[in-house]
Amino acid sequence: MRLKFLLPAIYILFLLLPIYWLLNMSFKTTNEILGAFTLWPRNFTFDNYRKIFTDPTWYWGYINSLIYVLMNTVLSVLVALPAAYAFSRYRFLGDKHLFFWLLSNRMAPPAVFALPFLQLYSAVGLFDTHIAVALAHTLFNVPLAVWILEGFMSGVPKELDETAYVDGYSFWGFFLKIFIPTIAAGVGVACFFCFMFSWVELLLAKTLTSVEAKPIAATMTRTASTSGYELGLLAAAGVLTIVPGAFVIYFVRNYIAKGFALGRV
Amino acid sequence: MAKILVDNVRHSYFAEPKGEEDWALKKITLECEDGGAYALLGPSGCGKTTLLNLISGLLRPTEGRIYFDGKDATEASPEQRNIAQVFQFPVIYDTMTIYDNLAFPLRNRRLGEAEVDQRVREIARMLELDTILKRRASGLTADGKQKISLGRGLVRTDVNVIMFDEPLTVIDPHLKWQLRSKLKELHHRIRRTMIYVTHDQTEALTFADQVVVMKDGEIVQIGTPIELFERPRHTFVGHFIGSPGMNLLPCEIKSATAYVAGKAVKTLKSRRESGDHLELGVRPEFVSFAEEGIPVDVTKVADAGRFRIVETRYNGNAIKLLVAEGRDIPSGKAHVSFDPEHTQIYQNGWMIE
Amino acid sequence: MNKTFNHKGWLFVLPVVVLVAFNAIIPLMTVVNFSVQESFGDNVFFWSGMQWFEQVLHSDRFHAALLRQLLFTAIVLAIEVPLGLAIALAMPRRGPWVSVCLVLMALPLLIPWNVVGAMWNIFALPDLGLLGRLINGIGFHYNYTRQPLGAWFTVVLMDVWHWTSLVALLCYAGLVAIPDAYYQAAKIDGARPWAVFRYIQLPKLKHVLTIAILLRFMDSFMIYTEVVVLTGGGPGNATTFLSIDLVKMALGQFDLGPAAAMSIVYFLIILFLSWLFYTLMMQKEET
Repeated sequence: MRLKFLLPAIYILFLLLPIYWLLNMSFKTTNEILGAFTLWPRNFTFDNYRKIFTDPTWYWGYINSLIYVLMNTVLSVLVALPAAYAFSRYRFLGDKHLFFWLLSNRMAPPAVFALPFLQLYSAVGLFDTHIAVALAHTLFNVPLAVWILEGFMSGVPKELDETAYVDGYSFWGFFLKIFIPTIAAGVGVACFFCFMFSWVELLLAKTLTSVEAKPIAATMTRTASTSGYELGLLAAAGVLTIVPGAFVIYFVRNYIAKGFALGRV
Repeated sequence: MAKILVDNVRHSYFAEPKGEEDWALKKITLECEDGGAYALLGPSGCGKTTLLNLISGLLRPTEGRIYFDGKDATEASPEQRNIAQVFQFPVIYDTMTIYDNLAFPLRNRRLGEAEVDQRVREIARMLELDTILKRRASGLTADGKQKISLGRGLVRTDVNVIMFDEPLTVIDPHLKWQLRSKLKELHHRIRRTMIYVTHDQTEALTFADQVVVMKDGEIVQIGTPIELFERPRHTFVGHFIGSPGMNLLPCEIKSATAYVAGKAVKTLKSRRESGDHLELGVRPEFVSFAEEGIPVDVTKVADAGRFRIVETRYNGNAIKLLVAEGRDIPSGKAHVSFDPEHTQIYQNGWMIE
Repeated sequence: MNKTFNHKGWLFVLPVVVLVAFNAIIPLMTVVNFSVQESFGDNVFFWSGMQWFEQVLHSDRFHAALLRQLLFTAIVLAIEVPLGLAIALAMPRRGPWVSVCLVLMALPLLIPWNVVGAMWNIFALPDLGLLGRLINGIGFHYNYTRQPLGAWFTVVLMDVWHWTSLVALLCYAGLVAIPDAYYQAAKIDGARPWAVFRYIQLPKLKHVLTIAILLRFMDSFMIYTEVVVLTGGGPGNATTFLSIDLVKMALGQFDLGPAAAMSIVYFLIILFLSWLFYTLMMQKEET
C-alpha cells in the first residue's frame, strides 16, 4: 500500500465511525440508546426498520422524496448545461453580474422564505405536488450546477470547439458527442451535488407539501414531536436515507473519475 | 542526438488482448537515423500516436524493445530518454511568464541561471519570441503557445529526439504554413532527430525526409516523399497520398500481360504471376489522353487551378487524370494511356515487384 | 479564454434565469416588504422604514452572534479546504478502490441534517456516546453540554465530518479533469511533484476551489439544523450562531419585521463577503 493512501484511509475511517454509531442506534430501542453505552445493541431489534417498511407514511415519504429529487436533478443539470456553456464561451451584456446573481440565491437563510414560498406556490396552484418542490429546489441547485459546470467547461480549451467544427461537426453534434464527454467529471459531480442538496433539504420540502407529495423530511421531523424523541426510529430513517444517494454516486462514479486525453488518436 | 530502433514492438491497451483488433500496434520495426526528420502518417486510429508515445516513453510496449543508440531504453522514463514532445493542444504553464516557461526544463535540471538565461534567449530569438519574454504565457494565441512548447524542447541541449503529435491541429490555417516552414528551417539548423505525427499528407510530405505510412497498427511503407509518390508499395499508400489518389482498376494477368477488362495494358515489368485480387494502379498524374489505348467516356471535369481533374469511366471503373490548363479536353468518347513506368500491379493490396 | 461577443448567450441562459428568478424575486419582495413594515396583528401593517434595520444593527445580541459566526466559519474553512484538497490529491485515480473511496466519502453528505445533529448529539455524550467516552477515556474532561469549549469542539468536529467530503469530491473531479498531456509535459520537463502541484494542479483547480470555498462559506454561515439539534445553541448561547439567533428572535414575536430585517442584513453580509472573495479569486484571470 502506497504511503499517500494513508490519508484517505484514515479520513474514511473517521467518516465511518459515526455512521457505525448511527447503524448501532438504528438497531436499538430509544430507551437503550438513552440508557446505556453499548457498542452493539444489547436488545437487538428490527422494530425501527419494520416500522419504516410497513408504515405507508414512512415509505411513501422516501418515494415522494426520490421523485421530486430526481425531477429536480435532471431539470437543474439540463438547464444548466447550455447556460454554463454560454458563460464559459461567450461574452454578453451583463454576463458577469448575472453569473454572480445566480449564486447569490444561495446566500439567504431559508427560514424566513418559507412563508412567501408557500404563498407563491399556492397561488400558482402547485401546492402539495412533487413538481412544486422540484421547482423550488432549482432556486439553489441551478446556480450550483451552472457554477460547477462553468468551472469545468473553462478548463477545456476553446480550440477543441474549433477543431470539431473544422472536422465537420454541427454545434449539437460537437456538444453532445465531444464536449460533454470531455467534462464528464464536472457533469458527474454536478448531478451528485444537485441530488444531495435537494435530498437533504427539509424546510421547503415540508412547507410546500402536505399529503400527496409529503417527503421523508416531514415524516422525520414528526418523530421529534409525538412521543418525545424516537431516536431509534430516527436513526433507522437516517440509515435508509443514505441508500439512494449511495446509489447515485455509485452510478456517476465513472463520470467523476474519468479524465480526458486532450485530443484525438 | 540518437539513433532510435523500435524492435518488433506490439502494443495493446487491453490487459488481456484477445483478437487482432485488440492490438493497437500489430508488429512494428522501425529505425530512425540520428538527425533525420520522420513523419508518421496515417488516418485516425492507425496507431501513430501510440507509436509516438512508445518511443517517447509515455507508454511501455506490451511486447518488443526500444533502443536509443544501441542501449535498451524500454524501461526508461521520458526524462531518462531525453526526449521533448509537442502536443496537439498547446501545453504551457499558464501562471508563468514566457521566459519562465522556457527556463523551466533547464531549472529543473539545476543549470546555473547564467546558462539558463543564455539558452532561453537563444531559443527565443530562433522562435521570434525574444521581444515578449516577460509576458504571461497564458495571453498568447495558439501558435504562440505551440512555439513555447517547442521552445521548451529546444532549450535542452541533451535532447535526443523531438516528437510532434499533430502540433498544427489548432493553428489557424494561414499560420500553419508559417509554422511548418519554421519547423523545417529549425530542423536544418539544429539537426536533431524529429518525429512528426500527422494525418495530413501535406504536412508530412513537406516536413519529412522519410515518411512512415501506417494503417491499422502496421507500417505500410517507409520512404521519401518522392518514393511514396512514384512507387507506392501498397494500394493504401497510393490512395492516401496524392490528391486525387491513385486510380485502381481490377485486372487479370494472362501470359505475362495485364488486362483491364479485356484491354491489354503495358506495365512496369512484365508479369508472370497470375492470381486473384489483382489490381492495376496508376496515378492520375501519369494518365493522359492518347490516340489509342483504353476507350473511356469523359464524365466530369473539375477545375483545380493550375490543372483540371478529369473523371472518365471505362467498363464501370472510374479513371481520373490530370490535364494542365490550356490543353483541350475531349468530350464524350476518348482514349487514355498509362505511363508504363508508373503503372504497377497490386495483389491483395501489395505491389508485386 | 478569449470569449467571443455573442448575444446568443442570452438565449442559452434564459431557462436558468426564468427558473431562478421565479423562485427568487417574488419571495424576496415579500421579505423586503415585511422588513419595512410594522404590524400589531390582524394583518394590519404600518410603514416603519428603517426602524427594524437600525434595531438589528445596533443590538449587542446581533453583534455577539455575528462574531461567533465569523469565528466558526473561519475555523471551519481553515480546516475543511486544505484537508479536502489534500485528500483529493491523495485519492487513487484508477483501480477498484476509486469506487469504494467515492461512495464512502459521499455518505456523510447524504444524511439529513437533523439526523446528523441527532447522531452527534448521542455520539458525543460523555457517558452514552462513543466519542464522549473515548475522549474522556484518554484523560480529557469533556462534556459538550456544559462546556462552551467542548461545545465548540464538537460542533466544529461535526461540521468537518459532515462537509469535508464536499471539498474533497469537487477537488477530485477537478484534478481528474486535468488532461494527461500536462502531466506528460511536466514529466518530460523533469518537474518534481511539488512543481507539478504548484504550476499545473493548483492553477487548474482554481475554479473548482473557488466554488468549494464559496459553497462552504455560505453554507457554514447559514448553519442551523445540525447545531440546533446538537447543542440547541448552548450551553447558554456559546454556540448561538447567526441563523439560530435569527430564529430565536423570530419565534414568539407577532411581527415578522425584525426577523425579515435581520434576514436581509444577514443576506447582505454574505453577499458582500462572497463578492469580495470571488473578485479576489477571479482577479488573476483578467490580465
